[in-house]
This record gives sequence, C-alpha cells and structure tokens, in this order.
Amino acid sequence: MSDTPKKSIKTMEASRRSVLMGGTALAASLFAPKFLKAADYPTAAVNTTGLAVTDEDVTIGILHSITGTMAISETGSVQAEKLAIEQINAQGGILGRKIKYIQEDGASDWPTFAEKAKKLLVNDKVASVMGCWTSASRKAVLPVFEQYNGFLYYPTFYEGLEESPNVIYTGQEATQQIIAGLDWVAETKGAKSFYLLGSDYIWPRTSNKIARKHIEKLGLKVVGEEYYPLGHTQFNSVINKIRLKKPDVIYAIVVGGSNVAFYKQLKAAGIDMTKEKPVLLTISVTEDEIRGIGGENIEGAYACMKYFQSLDNPNNIAFVEEFKKMWGDDMVIGDVTQAAYLGPWLWKAAVEKAGSFDIDKVREASPGIELTTAPEGYVKVHKNHHLWSKTRVGHAKADGQYEVVFETAELVEPDPFPEGYQ
Amino acid sequence: MFAEYSMGELGAIFAMQGFAGLILFSVFVLMALGLAIIFGQMGVINMAHGEFMILGAYVTYLTSNLFATYIPSLFSIYFFLAMILAFFVTAALGMLVEWSMIRHLYKRPLDTLLATWGLSLILQQVYRSVFGAREVGVTIPEWMMGSLPLTDMIEIPINGIFVMVLAVGISTAVYIMMFRSSWGKQVRAVTQNRVMAGAVGINTERTDRLTFGIGCGVAGVAGSAFTMIGSTGPTAGQLYIVDTFLVVVFGGAASLLGTIASAFSISQAQSIMEFFLSGSMAKVLTLLTVVGILMLRPQGLFALKLRK
Amino acid sequence: MLLKGNRFFSTGDLVAFAILAVLIFVILPVGLDTFRLNLFGKYLTYAFVAIGLVLCWGAGGILSLGQGVFFGLGGYCMAMFLKLEASSPEATKIQSTPGIPDFMDWNQITQIPLWWEPFHSLTFSLFAVILIPVAFAFIIGVAMFRRRVGGVYFAIITQAIAAILTILIIGQQGYTGGVNGITDLRTLKGWDIRTDDAKVLLYFVNGGLLFVCLFIAQLIRKSKLGRILIAMRDQEDRVRFSGYDVANFKIFVFCAGAAFAAVGGAMFTLQVGFMSPSFVGIVPSIEMVIFCAVGGRLSIIGAVYGALLVNLAKTTFSELFPELWLLGLGAVFIAVVLAFPNGLAGLYKDHVEPRLLVIFKRKAGDDSSTEDFDAIKTAAE
Repeated sequence: MSDTPKKSIKTMEASRRSVLMGGTALAASLFAPKFLKAADYPTAAVNTTGLAVTDEDVTIGILHSITGTMAISETGSVQAEKLAIEQINAQGGILGRKIKYIQEDGASDWPTFAEKAKKLLVNDKVASVMGCWTSASRKAVLPVFEQYNGFLYYPTFYEGLEESPNVIYTGQEATQQIIAGLDWVAETKGAKSFYLLGSDYIWPRTSNKIARKHIEKLGLKVVGEEYYPLGHTQFNSVINKIRLKKPDVIYAIVVGGSNVAFYKQLKAAGIDMTKEKPVLLTISVTEDEIRGIGGENIEGAYACMKYFQSLDNPNNIAFVEEFKKMWGDDMVIGDVTQAAYLGPWLWKAAVEKAGSFDIDKVREASPGIELTTAPEGYVKVHKNHHLWSKTRVGHAKADGQYEVVFETAELVEPDPFPEGYQ
Repeated sequence: MFAEYSMGELGAIFAMQGFAGLILFSVFVLMALGLAIIFGQMGVINMAHGEFMILGAYVTYLTSNLFATYIPSLFSIYFFLAMILAFFVTAALGMLVEWSMIRHLYKRPLDTLLATWGLSLILQQVYRSVFGAREVGVTIPEWMMGSLPLTDMIEIPINGIFVMVLAVGISTAVYIMMFRSSWGKQVRAVTQNRVMAGAVGINTERTDRLTFGIGCGVAGVAGSAFTMIGSTGPTAGQLYIVDTFLVVVFGGAASLLGTIASAFSISQAQSIMEFFLSGSMAKVLTLLTVVGILMLRPQGLFALKLRK
Repeated sequence: MLLKGNRFFSTGDLVAFAILAVLIFVILPVGLDTFRLNLFGKYLTYAFVAIGLVLCWGAGGILSLGQGVFFGLGGYCMAMFLKLEASSPEATKIQSTPGIPDFMDWNQITQIPLWWEPFHSLTFSLFAVILIPVAFAFIIGVAMFRRRVGGVYFAIITQAIAAILTILIIGQQGYTGGVNGITDLRTLKGWDIRTDDAKVLLYFVNGGLLFVCLFIAQLIRKSKLGRILIAMRDQEDRVRFSGYDVANFKIFVFCAGAAFAAVGGAMFTLQVGFMSPSFVGIVPSIEMVIFCAVGGRLSIIGAVYGALLVNLAKTTFSELFPELWLLGLGAVFIAVVLAFPNGLAGLYKDHVEPRLLVIFKRKAGDDSSTEDFDAIKTAAE
C-alpha cells in the first residue's frame, strides 16, 4: 500500500536472506569466479568522473512521484526498483559494491522533476537514475540529463519520437506496442472498423496516429477518433457515438481516473465486452489500473503490451513471488512495474560489461546488453537505447488478471522514429 | 454525418443521447447541491468539497468490503446502507471542520478558500496514507451495473436511473429542509443577518454547524453514488471542483432552483456538444459559454439579490 | 541619513527593502552554490505573481484564482521565442521537416504557423511577454468589473478561465507542445542559458526586475491610486458615490498584477528552461495565492518572503519527509489563515519592525530617538 515495505516481513526476510547469503556468498567466492569483488576493481579505476562511488557502495537515484496525481501510477515502479536493488545487493552488488539509493519525489510536477534530477546529478553525483513515468516528466528532465551527462532508465511505454544518448527506455515505444496488437485483432477477430479513443495528450494522440496509419495500411477503416481531457469522467456521449458507428473494435487509450469512469460506464451502458461486439482493445490498462476499475467491469477486454503478471515462465514466477514477499500479498504487477524492475538489472549488466561506472563507458556498453532473467523473458538493448521485446495480448478476466492469448514469435525491434507512420 | 443511418437508428440515438444528458444533469445536481448549501447559503468557499465527496466514496468502499467479508448474503443491498453511512461520516467531519476552522472565518469569505484548500491537501494525504496512493476498486452489486434493453438500440443504464432517482430525492429533501422547515428558515435568517438572527433567539452557532454538516453530508452521498460511475482515489476529488463551482455560480449562488436550472443547461450543452464535436473541444466550449454568460449576467441565472 | 522616509517610502519600508536587497543580492549568491541559487531564482519568479496579488487582493480586494494564466502566457511568449531559436535547421535536421519546433514535427505540421512567426523577433517577444497577458487581463477586467462582478464570483470565474486555457493548450498540442509544454530551450540570441554562468547572471537579472516591480508596486500603493484602492476594498459604494469610477481602478490594478505575473513567467522560462501547462491551471494559481497569503497579503515585501519560504519548505519537506509534506503544507495554510491573517509581514510589523526602528533611529541620532518604543510601535501599526 504505502511506499515503505512491510516492516516485519522485510526484516524477517532480510535476516533470513542474509544468513542464506552468507552461505551462498562463501560458496560463490570459492567456486564461482564470476562473483565480483570490489578489490579487483579499485575505485580510482572504475570511477574516473567523480561519481558517488566508494570502495563499499555506489549511489543511484530513484526519481518518481510519491505525492500528487501521478503517485497512483508511479508507486509500483518505485517498489520494483527497490526490489531489484535489494536483490542485486543480496547477490553481492555491482563490481563488489552495494547499491545505495537516494529517493526523490517529483511530486507529479514537471519542474520539480527537473529540479530533483539536477540535484541528484549535481549534488549527489549519482551513477544512474531510475525514474520518471509520464512523458512530460521525461521531457522536463531530458535537457538536465544531457547537460550534466546523467544516465536515466525510463520504464513507461511511451510515444517514441525520442532517442537520447542519456536514456535507456525499458518500456516499449509506440510501434512495438501497437502494430502487433492491431495485426492480431485484424487476423483473429476479423476486425474491419475501428473507433479510436484517448485521453487528450501526446501519448494517446501519437499512438492513435500510428494506429490509424497501420489500420489504413491493412486496408481497414477508422470510423471515429476522439480525445477527452485528462480526468474527464463522463463518457456517455462517446459511448452513444460508438453505438451509432458500430465499430468492430474500440481502441481505447484512456488513462488515469478517466479509465475507471470509462469502463464502468461502458459496462453500465450494456456494452458487454465478453461478447466481443465490439472487441475492446486497449494499450493503457495494466493490472494496476484494473484494481481501480474493478475486474468485473473490464472482463473480456483485450490489452496489448509486453508484460502481464500471469506470464508463465520461471523468471516471472520467482519475480512475482519476491515482489509480493517484499510489498505484500495484495500487490499486483503491471507492465510498467516490470519494466522498472529491469532498470537496475540492465544497468548492472552494462556496468559489468564496461568494467566501470563512468557514464560514457556504460553508455557505450549498453547496446547489445542481454537479460535472460527478465520476468518478461529474454530482452536485449537496441543501439537506439530501446529494448527488443515481445509483444503480447492479454484477455482480461474478472479477477483482475490477464490471460495471455497471443505473443509475437520473435522479439519486436524498437523503432522510435517509424518511417511511414509520422 | 447522419445520411447513412435510418430514422429508427437516429431516433434511438437521440433518445439515448437525451438520456445521457439527463444522467450528466443528475451528476451535476448531486455534485452541486452540497456546495449550493455551503457556498450559496453560507457563503463559505469550500475548496475541500471534492475531498468530502471522496470521503463518501471511501466509506462506500469500506462498507462494501465489510459486507463482502461478514454478510455476503446482503451484499446486493449494501449500497443503501453505505450511502447513509457516507452521509453521517462526512457530515460529522464537516461539523468538526466547521467547529475548528470555518466558524472563525465567516467574516472573511475569501479566507475560507485558503483554509479549505489547506484542508483538502491534508485530507488527500490522509487518504493516501490510509488507503494507499492507488485507486481502490469499489465493487458494485451486480444488479446495479447492468442495463435495461428497451429496444435493440436503446439500452438504459440502471446506475443512470439510480443516480437520477437519487438526485431527485436529495433535491426534494434539501428543498423541504431549506424552504419548508423551521430549520431552513433559521439557516436563511442566519445567512441574511447573523446579528439579527442571534438577537431573535436563533442559536446561530448551532445552525451554522448543522448547515455545514448537512452540506458536507450531501457531498458524501454524492461521492458514494459516484463510485458507480467514476474513480475513487486520493486526488479524484479535485476533478470535480471546477465544474461544481461553475454550476453553483452559474445558477446564482443563493438559489437552489438556480443551481438545478444551471446544472440542467450546462449538462445539456455539454452532452450535445460532445456528441457533435470532440470531447476536449466540447469541454472548452461549454466552459467558455458559461464564463461568457456569467460575464454578461454576473448574478447568474436565478439571482435573488446581488450586485455589490 | 540614507534611510530617512519620504512620501513613498517610510523609514520602515526602506529598512525592509534594504534587508531584502541584501538577502537577494548578497547573502543568497554568496551562501549558495549555483544549483541552489538557480532554485531560489525559480522561487523568486513566483514572487512577481505574489506582488501582483498583493496589489489586486490585499489592496484592491480582488482575489484572482487565475494568475497562473498570466504567468503562463508570459512564460509561453518567452518560450516560443527560445524554441524557435533552438529549432534552427541544423539543430533539427533529423526531423522530417527541419527548422520547425520538434513537437510540431511530431504532429505533422510542416510549416511554422502564422501566429508563431513574429516570435522570431526578440523585441517583439519581449513586448508580447507583457502586452499579451495585459491585453487579456484588460478584456477580462472590462467584462467583469464594468458589470460589477466582484469577490467570490470573480475568483471562481478566473479559476474557470485557468481551466479553459489549460485544456486548450493541452488539446492544441501541435501548436503549443501539449501537456509536455515547450521544452529543451537552449540559447537566447546565441547565448547559452543553460550554463552555470548564465544561471547566475539570470538570477541577478531576475532579482533586478523583481526590485523594479517592487518599486512600481510601492509607488502604486502609496499614490492616491493606492489609497482609493484600499478605500474601494473597504467601502466600495462610498468610493463610487464620491464620484470615482471604481471599475477603471480595478481594471488598472488587475492589469498591473497580470504584467508582474507575466514578467515572472518569462523569467521562469529563462531560468528553468521550459514552460508547460502545469503552471497555467488551477492548482498553481491557488498556490500562488497561498504564497501571497503566507507572506502577508498587505505587504509587497512580505509576498516575496512568502514565495521564498513556501517554496523552500516545499523543496525541503519533500526531500526530508516525502510522504508527509502535504500534511505540513496544508496545516501551514490553515494556521496562516486562522492565526496570522496578515502572514509573515503582519508578524514582522507587530514584533520586529518597531524594535528595528528604535535601533535605526538611535544610531542616526534622529530627533525622534527620544520617542519611546511604544509610541513608534503604535505609529508602525
């Protein structure tokens, strides 16, 4: 619930884990040469640019909103990042150094994000930052990261159109998320006409733009496209329009509190999503959002993203278990939470590949980094700083989870500046 | 845009759209009634109105959990009890707030704005600490979430009917209380002339407290009802505040009938424009029209007395 | 002696101005690194708005909940100029249409819209920073005050205007940058505004402009106009019956407040490096009123301190107790309203200034040094 871990569980876990770790660490240092020791990597050599790295630890920043309207969404990311950090530390840290973090509150306010980013980079000299959620907050911190040469891991699926040398985008950019889903719905559901709907800001608008181009490429029809202000809570009029146009698919990119209102009103208006007339396909509702909407109100909808909590693979099962152990059994994990969890791990891999914390070296080492332990499965960093990842379609169930009904056979290449979609 | 549709379809859509407008109207009435009492009658600018509504929503959430855990057999009717509880809990908080804060500020109406804004920040943080930053999902009894199919095209959402009935019921109750009961007379007397009202033996302090409490209580009921159509989170209350104030001001602050008339006109305008334009533009145009009319007719639609 | 009062500045005012000047131009720049100094520079841009609010609200009794509109308009005018400069064809050659701002390119706009064109000129932009918000304030003012809309009604209508403008800016993202705002501003006539040197210089420019505004505000307050304003606030009808056109005075002071806010907005854009609709809406507008209330709604100097302190508290609390700072902030507002309605300035006037005056007058060997403490205190009140 809150941002502090459940104390009793955590301390109990920590003590148990430290006992275990004592054992494994010993075993590892005897048998596994991979286990890195700080002594092999003298601070002077791995940190030539004056970052906050000592012989014992390395400091990174966590920069999300804990207060304000975005706190709802960003809490999960903070939790996942803390879990990853704890796990990395339990394995001996990075280059033999424990990760310490400084957490700052962006307070859902973009200049505050910029201000705190600058504080983390200039005052605290953090070696990397896990943070941001909305596009606006990323746009606000971007010049800061580029000016002071910081390194940001950004977890949210977003609109693309960006490729900064100082950011690794661990979520999907728009084409990755959209195209596979549209192909799937056109093929398996025989959809011919689409109604595009979104909250009024850059991500839904850009995403719908890509969706529209792709729908038209497939030779299908967009029968309506519409945007509502953020926080809008009355959707009866648009529901009537949808009824009139009778699309095969409602393609919804509604976010935040509007989400809850939209799905409740859709259901109350007698549009039963389980009948799939029309099919509802969304790219904005993760398991996190369903908690607010209520599983029974969105049952039958399809969501297209790269991760669902119900993914059945050993990495994910372990991840879900650890996450719940740390933050409580009633937690759910959505796409962005998982992407946030990848941040510290990707950074660890890049630092170890570079053999240095220096940001220029980490940046150089980043493309090509692979993670086989990711809960979503295998991912790889593209040279455009986005991740190769699979795209999946989930079918919402009444218990608030998605059942995965489709996944792309191959990893989808990230293409933040898609030709022919702009 | 309608050439391709048959008359039957068009008729059905217009009927549904009219109904959508009525639902929006009821929502506005519910939002605004509590504020019409507090702001219109007492002159207190309650910026925490949205937070009181959300308190009602959280009470509903707790009640639903309680029923689901202990008396699942009665779950289908918990909502009525939840609304009554929401009324009393928010009214109690309202009276506490009146006693500790508002009563010192009756002579400085603009200051109530600042103080209640501070209060809204505090309430948001309390909700966040208690219920978590995420939205909570309030489970609504299944029978309230469906729709009544009248014809193939026309389906009437049950929760829409529920909201309408509630809006009518609460408006009537407030009307009777304000204009047909001796308490209402006292309230009006106190707002019009506090000193004089005190002199003729009205317990002004008690009247104020009760009025404020009832205003907040009505907000709580509205919040409880809105769990059917909207979201319940710590900051969800802020979404309502502009619309609510505009409805009350547009109607002519001191007039309850005005509030209802203004809720009706704003909701119809918005709902019709939403149908023909895109959502964002409809909202901008509605607000602009309201502001424009208020500039021409600052006293609102139904003003009893104004002009400062 | 230097700090002797005149018609426009009492000795107390001079002391207060001097202390503030020392704080802004000496203590802060010496005591803080560039990063913190830039933060204070940002806080001070809000002080412009707060000064304007003291005039409108404290003196004139007009509470505007839409000052963010003027702050934002000023900021956007500045940002449009900077963005055009940052979007040279070389800097934007990866776009499908080089030479236009990046957000336009993302929205398939292939040509800079006509109403952006004048913002290529710095002179025009600087005029626009002041004139556009003032013109807007003038229209609102004429429409409202001529019809004698006042008090609470005015507050709520300005609030609605703030809401409308936010939705418009967000909705027209091809022309305004949408919810992200106008970001990644780099240079002003070739001068890089992101370097530390530039930040320090901008801080001093900001401080200088703040004092210009403070002086103007002081002149307005102490002139006949200022007294009429206060008379209007307290007994509007009597002023009207005395033959004054109340509406004109209100329109004037509202426009002055808008101009101050706009200057603040432009300085904000320069120092922070972007502008977004989140400074236009209702929440920032109310926060700006709160800076003014905490500082003291009757005192222009107090307003500056209010803006500094509330923002400093916001930054510090949210760093130390991220999950509790809203509680503290809320409590401060309630406390200010209930216990210290005249804010910090009220406290200063009641408790600090009389003592300071005694000290200054003694040192100066003034005739009035024989006056006892209580007499001065009464005078100060």
